Amino acid sequence: MTVAPALSTELTAVTQEPAPPGWWRRIPAKAKAGVVLFGFFVLTAIIGPFVTPYDPSYQNPNPAASMNAPSAAHLLGTTQSGQDVLSQLLVGIRLTLELGLLVGLVATALSVIVGVTAAFLGGFWDELLSLLTNVFLVIPALPLLIVLLGYFPNKGEWPTIIVLALLGWPWGARVMRAQTLAIRNRDFVAASRETGERTWRIITFEIVPNEVSLIAASFVNTVLYAIGASVALAFIGVADLNSWSLGTMLYWAQSQQALQLGAWWWFVPPGLAVALIGTALVLLNTGIDELGNPRLRDASSVSRIAGRWLKPTNPTPVLSEISQRRSGFAGFLHSFSRSSLLDQAEAGEGR
Amino acid sequence: MSFIVRRLIFYVVAAWVALTINFFIPRLVPGNAVEAIMSKFPNLQPSAYRALEALLGVGRGGSIWHQYWSYLVDVSHLNFGTSVSEYPAQVSTLLGEALPWTITLVGTATVIAFLVGTALGIAAGWRYGGGLDRVLPGLMFLQAIPYFFFALILLELFAVKVHAFPIGQGYGQGLIPGWHWDFIGSAIYHSLLPALTIVLTSIAGWMLTMRNVMITTIGEDYVVAAQAKGLSNRRVVFTYAARNAILPQLQGFGLALGFVVQGALVMEIVFSYPGIGLLLVNAVTSNDYPLTQAIFLVITFAVLIANVIVDIIIVFVDPRTRVREATR
Repeated sequence: MTVAPALSTELTAVTQEPAPPGWWRRIPAKAKAGVVLFGFFVLTAIIGPFVTPYDPSYQNPNPAASMNAPSAAHLLGTTQSGQDVLSQLLVGIRLTLELGLLVGLVATALSVIVGVTAAFLGGFWDELLSLLTNVFLVIPALPLLIVLLGYFPNKGEWPTIIVLALLGWPWGARVMRAQTLAIRNRDFVAASRETGERTWRIITFEIVPNEVSLIAASFVNTVLYAIGASVALAFIGVADLNSWSLGTMLYWAQSQQALQLGAWWWFVPPGLAVALIGTALVLLNTGIDELGNPRLRDASSVSRIAGRWLKPTNPTPVLSEISQRRSGFAGFLHSFSRSSLLDQAEAGEGR
Repeated sequence: MSFIVRRLIFYVVAAWVALTINFFIPRLVPGNAVEAIMSKFPNLQPSAYRALEALLGVGRGGSIWHQYWSYLVDVSHLNFGTSVSEYPAQVSTLLGEALPWTITLVGTATVIAFLVGTALGIAAGWRYGGGLDRVLPGLMFLQAIPYFFFALILLELFAVKVHAFPIGQGYGQGLIPGWHWDFIGSAIYHSLLPALTIVLTSIAGWMLTMRNVMITTIGEDYVVAAQAKGLSNRRVVFTYAARNAILPQLQGFGLALGFVVQGALVMEIVFSYPGIGLLLVNAVTSNDYPLTQAIFLVITFAVLIANVIVDIIIVFVDPRTRVREATR
């Protein structure tokens, strides 16, 4: 990142063109769309609760105020008990985003710790942590979340946040481990080891800064998981039903038969908000992917000359999983994973 | 040891971890599970305490290892205890009634979505930058929609606004479940919208990953060489590129399966579909702890078994798994 801006100013100096708008221009279109969309929701979450037209929990006793279709007084209509849907939405977006971002932070931190530790310790501990990661990847999280949270009734949002974070780290840990293994043997790490830097310093100042883009991708993914899971949990009724989140809105809409009564304005806004936040995160993630792997860039990078699509040739070597010699118990543990296939392929070719 | 045997051992370990977590959850809850239930039902007599203990298997006496062992024995005999909400029905009976519905629906819909999504991904990857890439943002939106919300929209459009499909349930009222055409036809008719929900929301994920793997594979030297040899496009796409790109896709299938199943479970609620998902929600809302925990185990085991099947398919599709055995 430090080299690129210097390069671009040099280019503009030579060609006498106006300076490009800098980093924003190099970001893939999908990531830009994601940033804008997600930024919109973050803004809504910050400002929303201050500009709600009504108290989201206020139940209008007047039967005429119940189940109103969208109108000037209630832009998104009202619920069965006369509550304003727009006010609920504005408050709900904040709670859902807060929860997603918090879980994302904690779970990503956990995944960095597990992944980097596994790669750095190597051998037996690496394989044990990888085994644990794979086990938690294959056990479906939602039923486990439901079982766990069933024992913490009405304790607010914190049990949900903690349990979601505790189950949200394996994907990230897997990626972090693979990347750390790849970086660990680079020259600059070897150099800092030679100069006598301590292991924790190498990890925090040499390794982790080089994994920032991966950590960002894993954070985005985890937020996506957290929002999806928390909305699903609330929809089932495993949440603090006295607070307004997108999930609890959907829960009340479903349990009070909004669909059967034809009140689409009750369940479409919260569901659409979840879907749009999710889309923003998916877009962000594909954008980050494309930054790292130029081959994935779409139509814009494919030039069409004389009616033929010209595909860019391989700009980057394909990163395959680093296979390393494993011995003893570590090798034994590793042989149970799916990725042991790759070792076998090499063993087969060698003979 | 062959690849498949080692994978089987891994799944046994995973199953054991799930079983152990399931055993310790009611015992590690602050306070304890029995008190949690008692506090939810203030009108329960104190004498119910012992009964609940017996029901949850926490008050069985003896050391924790003794309890653990008898728990494992119970589970291996499919003895999950008695349901609290549907007393005196056995948990295993309730599971037996709900499981076929979910497995048929989710299984069929997931396989269809995987096959169609992979085929579309092959097409999109081969001609990237082409027409199929233009629908990618739309697909990402589809992918981000929660299953149950998509189900609500489909119901609103095709069952409430247009009365083309039933608004829920697994089969028509008044029909007796059995192997006769009235019932089977009705069950299929009722499962069309739920199946469509699963297919439409999960297809995008398979397509996107397959497309990305295809793009990476197409850049490989052997694909370029095949093209240079003058092989037909069809041959290059299917025998060279897709044949190799499908392997990571299959491995991803095993891991993503859990997500699809979870989404489908929540979706069942919207359709009041008589499967495991609806059972789970009813169990949660009525604080039926034995049933909830048994469902967690059943879902986990179903996902593990599906993963074993995927691994067996991988062995057949991926020659590398066989090379080693041949060279031994």
